[in-house]
Amino acid sequence: MLSVLRTIWEVFLHAFRKRVTIQFPEEKPRLPPRYRGRIILSRDPDGGERCVACYLCAVACPVDCIALQATEDSTGRRYPEFFRINFSRCIFCGFCEEACPTYAIQLIPDFYMSEYKRQNLVYEKEDLLISGPGKYEGYNYWKVAGVKIGGKDKGEAEREAPPVDLQSLLP
Amino acid sequence: MNGLYQLAVVFGVLVVALTIAAGLIWLERRLLALWQDRYGPNRVGPFGLFQVLADMIKIFTKEDWTAPFADKATFILAPAIIVVTVLLSFAVVPFAPGIVVADLDIGLLFFLGMSSLGVYSVVLAGWSSDNKYSLLGGMRAAAQMLSYEVFMGLSLMGVVVLAGSFSLTAIVEAQRNLWFVVPQFLGFLLFMIAGIAETRRLPFDLPEAESELIAGYHAEYSGMKFGMFFVGEYLGIILISSMITVLFFGGWLGPVLPGIVWFLIKVFFFIAFFILLRAALPRPRFDQLMSWGWKVMLPLTLANVLVTGALVLAFA
Repeated sequence: MLSVLRTIWEVFLHAFRKRVTIQFPEEKPRLPPRYRGRIILSRDPDGGERCVACYLCAVACPVDCIALQATEDSTGRRYPEFFRINFSRCIFCGFCEEACPTYAIQLIPDFYMSEYKRQNLVYEKEDLLISGPGKYEGYNYWKVAGVKIGGKDKGEAEREAPPVDLQSLLP
Repeated sequence: MNGLYQLAVVFGVLVVALTIAAGLIWLERRLLALWQDRYGPNRVGPFGLFQVLADMIKIFTKEDWTAPFADKATFILAPAIIVVTVLLSFAVVPFAPGIVVADLDIGLLFFLGMSSLGVYSVVLAGWSSDNKYSLLGGMRAAAQMLSYEVFMGLSLMGVVVLAGSFSLTAIVEAQRNLWFVVPQFLGFLLFMIAGIAETRRLPFDLPEAESELIAGYHAEYSGMKFGMFFVGEYLGIILISSMITVLFFGGWLGPVLPGIVWFLIKVFFFIAFFILLRAALPRPRFDQLMSWGWKVMLPLTLANVLVTGALVLAFA
C-alpha cells in the first residue's frame, strides 16, 4: 500500500521535470552522422557517378524499393541508366548501403521528406544524386579498379602493376 | 419567474457538465503527458484546446456501424443508458446554494441508485455485441460493480450518521465547522476507491482492459455510440469528484470566493487526482480486485460504520 502512495508521489514529481519531446518543425533534433535517413547517390572526388549499376543494392533490399537499369558509356564505364527508389516502401534499414561495393549509395541524417502525393515519394536518379562524395571523401572506385575505361588503360590504376605481357613469358 | 430560474439551472447544469466532460478529454491528455514528460495535444488552437472540437467533428462524421451479428435494439440502447443515468445523478448535486436541480431529501440514495443503474449500460453493451471479449468485459463490469457498490453505499453511511440526513444540501451545511474528511477519513478513502471502480477508471478499468480484452465491452462500438461511452465515463469522473467534494470536502463552503468557484476548484482537484492515478498505477488482476473488494474493503467499511455509529451514540 505504501509503495502505491510512493508511486503516485513519484509520478506527480514528473510534473516538474523537463519534457523530452522535441517540437519537430520548429525545433530540429540533433541526429548522429550515421543516422539512417534519406538515401542518396554520391559522386567521385572528380565528379563522376560512383554507382556502377551492379544491382547489389536492389538484391539486398528487403522491400524491393530500388529499381535500376545498368548501361555503359562508349568507354566501358558502367553506370545506371535510371535509378529509382520508392521511398513509400523504403524502411531505411541500410542494407543497400552495406551491400554497395563502391560507397555510392549512402543513408544520410535527413528524414524531412513528407509529401501529399504518394507519387512524389518515388525519387529518380536526379533527385538522388548529390554533388559530393558523401561519407567517404577520398575514395574513387574507378581509380583503384583494374578495369579499362576511357582515359585509363589496364595497369594504370593506383597500386596496380602493369599487365604482364603473356608473349614474354614463353620459354 | 421561479420556474424560469429552475429551467436556467437545469440547462446550465446540463451544458456545463457536458462541456467539462468534453474538455476533460483534452485535460486528461495534457495532464498524462505532463506526468510522462511529454506535451500532449498542443497544435490545434491555444494550448491545443481545439483538439476537442477536432475530435468531436471526427467522431460525429465517422461511420456509425452496427455489427450485423449484434442484438440491434439493445446495442443501440446501451450507450444511451450510461449517459442518461450519470446525467440524472447530476440532478441532485448541489453546486452552490440555490444551484441544484432537485434538492431531494434522499439525494444520496438517488445518486447511489443511479450509479447502480449505470452498470446495465456496460453489461448490455457487452451482451448485445455478441463478441467474446465484449461479453467478458461486461461480465467483469457486472462483478466489479456488484462488489464495489456494496461498500460504496456503506462507506457513506458514516457521513449520513454525522449529518443526520440523506439530503446533499443538508450534508454540505453540516460541514460548516469541520469537513467530514477529518472524522470520516477512512470513509473518504473507501468511497474514493469505490468511486474509481464505479466509473471503471484506471487502475480499475478491468471491463475495458485494452491489453487483455481489446476494448472490452465497447470493442464493437464505433462513431458516436462509442463516443457516448466516453462521455459517460468522463461525466462519471466529474460526478464522483463532485460527490467527494460534497460529502467530504464541504461542497461550496470556503472563504472569500463565491461558492460555485470553491466547488469547481475542489472538483477539478479530484479530477486531476483521478488522472494522476491513471498515470501512476498499473491494473490489478481480476481476482486481486475481487478479493480486495470483499476481504479488505468491505470489512473496513463495516468497521467504519460500526465505530462511527457507536461514537455518535455515545456522544449524542
